[in-house]
Amino acid sequence: MSALLTLSIAFALFCVVCAMLLCMLRLIAGPSAQDRVLALDTLWMCGMLLALMLGIRFGSLIYFEAALLIALIGFVSTIALAKFLMRGEVIE
Amino acid sequence: MSPHADLPAWAALLVSLLLILGGLITLVGALGLVRLKNFYQRIHGPAITITLGAGGILGASMLYFTLRQDRLVVHELLITAFIFMTAPVVAMLIMRAAVYRDLRAGRSVSSGRPGDPYRFPDESVDTQKD
Repeated sequence: MSALLTLSIAFALFCVVCAMLLCMLRLIAGPSAQDRVLALDTLWMCGMLLALMLGIRFGSLIYFEAALLIALIGFVSTIALAKFLMRGEVIE
Repeated sequence: MSPHADLPAWAALLVSLLLILGGLITLVGALGLVRLKNFYQRIHGPAITITLGAGGILGASMLYFTLRQDRLVVHELLITAFIFMTAPVVAMLIMRAAVYRDLRAGRSVSSGRPGDPYRFPDESVDTQKD
């Protein structure tokens, strides 16, 4: 049964990496700036999921802190970029 | 070699199912981000990634570490609560920024074709017929 778990973790890792590649496609080709910000936000989320899955893969709880930090920094950076898009400056 | 050899069979099956569900739904969300036409349609793609994709993988992580360490490990709920609080804020701010930018550029969001889903409420009707 351990082989099944290893295989499914590999499959999920492959799916999330493919999702990150698609987000990168939208980040490069996005016609407007808000498309790029949205793609970057999804990329942060996929990175957090990747850290969580690596935690399951290596059986270590350290990756949880990395995932929490990635979620926090992704939220703050996306809010800052959205503010910048709306007003032209981050702190008014 | 493998760190998860001591897991019972049903637990490995359940964790695998949750992982596969989460991975597939994450992929579907990113595919929606790439393939949908309009920005206002495209913003719905990552929502599926944030809710069900992240939920599946967080549930798998919680179940795996709970069974592995023989105690309740629920600190993934911290990430879940954080995501569920911040995702609507992020979506609303990006959407408002997009609407403001489109309005400032003087560009209509809808092109007036029948498949397009969104119109501004102050857009007059006769300008839509062309």
